[in-house]
Amino acid sequence: MNKLSAASKAYLLIVFIVLYAPIFYLIFYSFNSGGNMNNFESFTLEHYKAVFEDTRLLVILINTVLIALLSGFIATVIGTLGAIGIVSMKNNKLRNTFLSLNNVLIVSPDVVIGASFLILFTMIGVKLGFTSVLVSHIAFSVPIVVLMVLPKLSEMNTSLIDAAHDLGATKRDVLKRVILPYIAPGIFAGFFMAITYSLDDFAVTFFVTGNGFSTLSVEIYSMARAGITLTINAISGLVFLVTVLVVIGYYFVNYRAKARMGESK
Amino acid sequence: MQSKNRTALIPYVVWIALFVIAPIALVLYYSMLDLSGNFTLANYQNFFSPVYLKMTFTSFWYAFLITFFTLLFAYPTAYLLTRTKHKQLWLMLIIIPSWINLLLKTYAFIGIFGLYGPINAFIEVFGFNPQQILFTDFSFIFVSVYIFIPFMIIPIFNSLDKLNPSLIFAARDLGASSWTTFRRIVFPLTIDGVKSGIQVTFIPALSLFMITRLIAGNQVITLGTAIEQQFLVSQNWGMGSTIAVFLIVFMVLTMLVTGQKKKGGRV
Repeated sequence: MNKLSAASKAYLLIVFIVLYAPIFYLIFYSFNSGGNMNNFESFTLEHYKAVFEDTRLLVILINTVLIALLSGFIATVIGTLGAIGIVSMKNNKLRNTFLSLNNVLIVSPDVVIGASFLILFTMIGVKLGFTSVLVSHIAFSVPIVVLMVLPKLSEMNTSLIDAAHDLGATKRDVLKRVILPYIAPGIFAGFFMAITYSLDDFAVTFFVTGNGFSTLSVEIYSMARAGITLTINAISGLVFLVTVLVVIGYYFVNYRAKARMGESK
Repeated sequence: MQSKNRTALIPYVVWIALFVIAPIALVLYYSMLDLSGNFTLANYQNFFSPVYLKMTFTSFWYAFLITFFTLLFAYPTAYLLTRTKHKQLWLMLIIIPSWINLLLKTYAFIGIFGLYGPINAFIEVFGFNPQQILFTDFSFIFVSVYIFIPFMIIPIFNSLDKLNPSLIFAARDLGASSWTTFRRIVFPLTIDGVKSGIQVTFIPALSLFMITRLIAGNQVITLGTAIEQQFLVSQNWGMGSTIAVFLIVFMVLTMLVTGQKKKGGRV
């Protein structure tokens, strides 16, 4: 069963090559002193230097990370509380309504979300910039957190909560000592997903960003529209490095969490 | 318990009201306003003019092609991945590129497909003249498929992974050819994964605007591009909202067609 034919292996190989080639292509030319993505002249780090010397770009990078962390954190709080609320609903119909409403922003096209948020912010009078981008990112991350936390909550045995109550725990204790530790992996996954959604978002941010404030995606878009700049390649190199580190970190944390779960059982 | 959970729900309910219900209501409201803010249905009339109908049709056609090719390449990949030894690791390697910023990946293709890029250099080796690949339908569809393929592979991989292998053995023992086994057993049992894959590809494909701008160079106008144009360039929010309303309608229809009986979490 596990034996793959040579043709199958070749197919998979091609898929992986096509998936990774563009990324390595970008990184490769980030070291090119030639200034284009066609002829590799000689090795240089000048484009990386350019990234770190460009204060505007650095501010944008910091903003992007700040928005991702903040929106991820706030969305995780709202989403986790929301998921707990949804699960404890007695009324099935109401619960299903909430679940459907929750999914609206997940399936909606980015452009529609961006456009409708733009109308919303203009109507309420929120100035376009950091606040509007942050609020939008929180808004579209909340449902993802809910979806990541819900399965953990529904698989939780309710007698755990009853037992805690019987043993004299207050509601606060139950939440802090029983529910939250149990659903922690879901919360963590939700937070992680929220951050990736925030970092990767272009369309929504593009609509609500206004003048003067920019995230990395929007900045790359305007740079790319102007043509090829190897600074973007240098950014890709950095982004790829950070992504790989985060993936390794995520797996390490997950692995440790699983190992600890195994011990306690 | 009950009262505590009520207070827990408050921020969430506020979120739903402000960012789910209000935006949809506002888009509906704006779709019925003209440029000077008067109440009108002209935008809807406008949408049914040949220009917009043609755009809707092209949008659907491209979205269909993108979804079709994504599925065509994703299914065998997912299938073969479930047959590998360290399948979770391989799946991880499929997912990693999807975490690299979308814009960076798209930007890479500006170089790759460029007139002096590696593809043209490769073509020249065989004696052909370099040609503009960028700003063509091919480049647009290729880049879109490239962007969407991980999101199609994941749900199909998951449903294939859940498939009980003894069903396949049984079919083969009963004399079914591998093609029959695939057609009658494997594909029907993994149709849910295919449906979620189509959902996460078709709806965004209908509303692409970044890739059309960067790769198709304004040659391809999709509904997404039109919304962006109306909102951010022409400043005609009414017309933009009308297109958005139709996009929402198309989205709901797609959801209904690809909907699943059993409610499962999105992967």
